[in-house]
Amino acid sequence: MNGYSGRILHIDLTNRKSWVESKPEEWYKIYIGGTSLAARLCWENIEVGCDPLSPGNPICIGAGLFAGTPVPVGGKYGIASKSPLTGFLGDSLSGGWFAVALKRARWDGIVVHGASPEWVYVIVNDDKVEFRPAGHLLGKGTFDTEEAIREENGDDQLRSATIGPAGEKQVLFANVTNDGRQAGRTGHGAVWGSKKLKALAVRGTNDVRVADPATLLKLSYDISKTAQGKYTEKYRVLGTSSNVLNMNRMGLLPTRNYQEGTFEHAELISGEYLWEHYRVKTLACAQCPIACEQMRRAKDGPYAGAMSGIEYESLFGVSSNLGLKDVQVSIKLIELCDQSGMDTMSTGVTLGWAMETFERGILKKEDFKCKKYPEGFEPNFGNGEAAVTMAEMMRDREGIGNVLANGVRKASAQIDAERGTESWKWAMHVKGLEAVGYDMRGLKTFALGAAVVTRGVCHNRSAAYDVDIQGEVDRFGVDEKRGKLARETEEYAAVYDTLPLCKFIRRCFTGKADRAGAWPAIAQLINATTGWNFRYEDIDLIGERAHTIKKAFNIREGWTRKDDHLPWRVQHEPMKTGPSAGHVVSEEELEYMKDLYYEAKGWTKEGLIPKEKLIALGMDDLAEAIGV
Amino acid sequence: MPTSTSKYMYVTNDPQKCVGCQYCEYICSYTKTGAFNTYRSRIRTVRAEEIVVTSIGCRTCENPRCVAACPREALWQDEKTGVIRVDADRCDGCAWCIEACDFGAISINPATKRVEMCDLCETLEEGPQCVKWCPKEALTLTTPDQRAQRARQKLATEEVIGLKE
Repeated sequence: MNGYSGRILHIDLTNRKSWVESKPEEWYKIYIGGTSLAARLCWENIEVGCDPLSPGNPICIGAGLFAGTPVPVGGKYGIASKSPLTGFLGDSLSGGWFAVALKRARWDGIVVHGASPEWVYVIVNDDKVEFRPAGHLLGKGTFDTEEAIREENGDDQLRSATIGPAGEKQVLFANVTNDGRQAGRTGHGAVWGSKKLKALAVRGTNDVRVADPATLLKLSYDISKTAQGKYTEKYRVLGTSSNVLNMNRMGLLPTRNYQEGTFEHAELISGEYLWEHYRVKTLACAQCPIACEQMRRAKDGPYAGAMSGIEYESLFGVSSNLGLKDVQVSIKLIELCDQSGMDTMSTGVTLGWAMETFERGILKKEDFKCKKYPEGFEPNFGNGEAAVTMAEMMRDREGIGNVLANGVRKASAQIDAERGTESWKWAMHVKGLEAVGYDMRGLKTFALGAAVVTRGVCHNRSAAYDVDIQGEVDRFGVDEKRGKLARETEEYAAVYDTLPLCKFIRRCFTGKADRAGAWPAIAQLINATTGWNFRYEDIDLIGERAHTIKKAFNIREGWTRKDDHLPWRVQHEPMKTGPSAGHVVSEEELEYMKDLYYEAKGWTKEGLIPKEKLIALGMDDLAEAIGV
Repeated sequence: MPTSTSKYMYVTNDPQKCVGCQYCEYICSYTKTGAFNTYRSRIRTVRAEEIVVTSIGCRTCENPRCVAACPREALWQDEKTGVIRVDADRCDGCAWCIEACDFGAISINPATKRVEMCDLCETLEEGPQCVKWCPKEALTLTTPDQRAQRARQKLATEEVIGLKE
């Protein structure tokens, strides 16, 4: 096989053993790589119905098809487990160098089973698997853990995926981190923590072989040179935080826990302001010609010297959403999250809920007692020191941090049960996953996309906001087109997440990012790598199949139509200010759009996958397990 | 810090421009071995600190220490280009040259157990492939003197016009 080794590595932490599973080429043609391959491995290896933090929940990793080849932005991997935040499939992506090391060690995927009685880290040294004690690494941040592992093994090419202190404490939105990049959102770090797995280190020294290297080089060269032009300028210069002012202008920038959609200090947290005052360096992942990681460093105030790579989705959560106008506090919060291995978006949204719940008098000063402030403190919106302290308390599960560390759905449920309140109404999540930096009240197609995403609300899995923002539809209205649009945009994104290719390259094939612009080029890349004969319609199938395996996983875990919901606030509280003022996504609108969407997917009215659909996709082996 | 005083050309990296993507390693290994394997690259990227990245290859030193260190006279320098050449029959992979090199620019080929280093892609008309591919134009083929000229020019531009990149 070209592009693949045909081998999946299984590691059993309970019994300290490992074995190799061979997969046939036909299997790879269906699941390809990245999140799709990881999701399939999870489907095959999980104990159905298990507690996500129990040994029956495996850690499943899918290397990228293009990792280790010169294909631009192909150095990524996907990771999947049952999410402790949502109870459904949690799938994430990360860049950096880890995937490349995996491919060079000749593994297409890894499944980690069981749980270790003591803290352990695992080294995969080409074919050899070693279990090492990790007690001395506990408490170390993600970056320091990687360095320590490189140091003690004398190899600066050793690539590790690690958890930080937040993962050790099983913060439910803890990340897995490699090379400063985060496999974020759905709580993979907590799953690793429950297995006492501190890190997975990979050393790969083999050649990566492809079917037609000359063609692959030519294609890659042209794409990488195009990627220096206008199509990626946004990412190369300001990075994604250039979104701040656009979102603010459209009334979509979540402010003070989504109470508003415009922030009066948006200028001060903008990508432009960060670039002008705090820029230090731009970094790239492996085999990436774009380089979007915009490193910014705080230069004065209490957090001077704090440094982190700033993305829009991290930024909104820990700036406007907390009413913070000093972006240097946000740099500090993102640094703290990245080093602790804690999701920035979930952290920001959970802190926003805590601040609002305090301002409404439900949480009180004494609820915030901690070592640093024995009398407690008052976390009003705009209080940066309070935000940093709460984030530290979450990471350590100290005091009320122990409640917040369970994410906004469980935290609000616990407080409401104790105090007879209704703080769940401003807990901003879908399926338990904290919301994103696009207020759904002003983006109706995205509201549908967000409700139906398999891992919970996500701007990466559903790109449906694009048609709203580009004005292709009325972003405040609903019509019969929305179901088809939500389907198309989510399957489009799934193609990129499966290969995986970073979506920032999407315009660099031909100048046009749509299917007609990208699919032929992606088919060429796949064929030059594997020797297959994929055509346009096969690329469409990649996205549909990827989405189908994730959905089937959820159905087997008990998903029903009511799980495709939106936050209460989005449905019942009209936006107060700005260009999206007055809008909600009503119950009727959402249910109408869900009907359209299930129909567009070829699913039943209840949102279930019929057997004919599975047969058409060549995935009928899933049928029995989901009762069709 | 060790510096090369070479009159010869070599590939140098501007760490201000380098983003650490490793394309130079992918392309070098492919050019030299026909496969993608950054362990087989003759130019190596380094991430010294979170935001300090660069890549380093042979500096084609004058009076090269690697040549002097070789106990078997397996290494010598091409007088015209400065490229270090290896006699594969004489080299036994003892690694003394690796230790002698101040730039960490020599490595052992795991298949042949002989040392290898950058040869500036001298057999290719296009010259060094890493320079051709570098997406950020951080890599250039240069001499120490040319680097100095560029540094002076940059400083002058900044001081006179007050321009900074």
